[in-house]
Amino acid sequence: MEISVTVNGVMHTGNVEPRTLLVQYIREHVGLTGTNIGCDTSSCGACSIHLNGEAVKSCTMLAVQADGQNITTIEGMADADGTLHPMQQAFMENHGLQCGYCTPGMVMAATSLLGENPNPTEREVRIGLEGNLCRCTGYHNIVQSVLAAAGGAK
Amino acid sequence: MIPAAFEYVRAGSAEEAIGLIGEHGEDAKFLAGGHSLLPLMKLRLAQPTVLVDIGRVTDLSYIRDGGDHIAIGALTRHMDIENSQLLRADVPLLAHAASHVGDPQVRHRGTIGGSLAHADPASDLPATTLALGATYVAQGPNGTRQIAAGDFYQGFLTSSLEPDEMLTEIRVPKMNGAGWSFQKFNRRAQDWAIVGVAAWRRNGDSGVALVNMGSTPVLASSVSTALAGGASIEDAAQQAAAEADPQADLNASIEYRTHLAKVLVKRALTEASN
Repeated sequence: MEISVTVNGVMHTGNVEPRTLLVQYIREHVGLTGTNIGCDTSSCGACSIHLNGEAVKSCTMLAVQADGQNITTIEGMADADGTLHPMQQAFMENHGLQCGYCTPGMVMAATSLLGENPNPTEREVRIGLEGNLCRCTGYHNIVQSVLAAAGGAK
Repeated sequence: MIPAAFEYVRAGSAEEAIGLIGEHGEDAKFLAGGHSLLPLMKLRLAQPTVLVDIGRVTDLSYIRDGGDHIAIGALTRHMDIENSQLLRADVPLLAHAASHVGDPQVRHRGTIGGSLAHADPASDLPATTLALGATYVAQGPNGTRQIAAGDFYQGFLTSSLEPDEMLTEIRVPKMNGAGWSFQKFNRRAQDWAIVGVAAWRRNGDSGVALVNMGSTPVLASSVSTALAGGASIEDAAQQAAAEADPQADLNASIEYRTHLAKVLVKRALTEASN
């Protein structure tokens, strides 16, 4: 089936099998491998991307469901000149990553969270990131990073 | 994990979707948000030959005041239910329960109709709408019919929907200021409930339903009967598992689930009575 998906502002048109998962499409058809596959069962959140501005798990969507939609991946967060997105900058400054595998999903989930709740409390950040697992258990600094990006820890 | 191959068709309206399902027969399935169906397909526990995508039937995404009830379009997402001012005011138990489904990413995609039609006894919204005495509206090739939540759940992942019927609307009675509580006991934030309880109480009336205490969501009517008869919360909660038929799994034995149901019903009734 032919689909057209706008990924990080660029329209991609091509044929996919209906059973192609969105995460496969992003990684193998579009060629953007920043979106990781972790659990592949919609638990870990490593594959989180933005669909029309909201975080979703791309392992639990078909590429055909994204036909005609707007997708942002981690590669689309920094400016063209390499200036990091404030959330990426906050993760860097607050040591919000250890091995880094969960980080793209964390950044996408965290920016979606701040879109809905620009000034979350620490508890709201923790609840808001319940769909993302960090197996380094580096949650403390991840939460600090999100609070910093939101304008200072509370 | 990749699902088995299937044919994909997209419907623009409920009528078109019902026509497509009828055309493709019993191995065709509706695809709404996909957050119940796609995981099953990836594990190859479900292998539909045709998916009829109803995710773009946007005229079935709404929350409206229906007088004595709130009418919710079947394709309304959990996130929209959670954030609805109308539901927060008139059916706060449902708005709150929706905020406990999965995680934010899941709630951005998953729909109330998909969750109910999937008929998973471990899901939050089937039991919640059952406790609230909701009515579901199903549309088929010959028109619509109303199904009481209490008649909808027939068995594990089995509803009374015909293969060519589609859930289109959920009608939830307004709670009119009733006290309420939603208790979800799990080990990790995003997990399904090991046991859950949705409850409301107003004067002598109450509704209590259990999550994951049988092959269907369970209406704990013995609890309501006891309360109506003047029993204390403590005594009524002892009836929590009277209608239940819990199964053991890696999270809990039958005895543990039964114990949890009593503890959680007591907590729920206490909170709903404050």
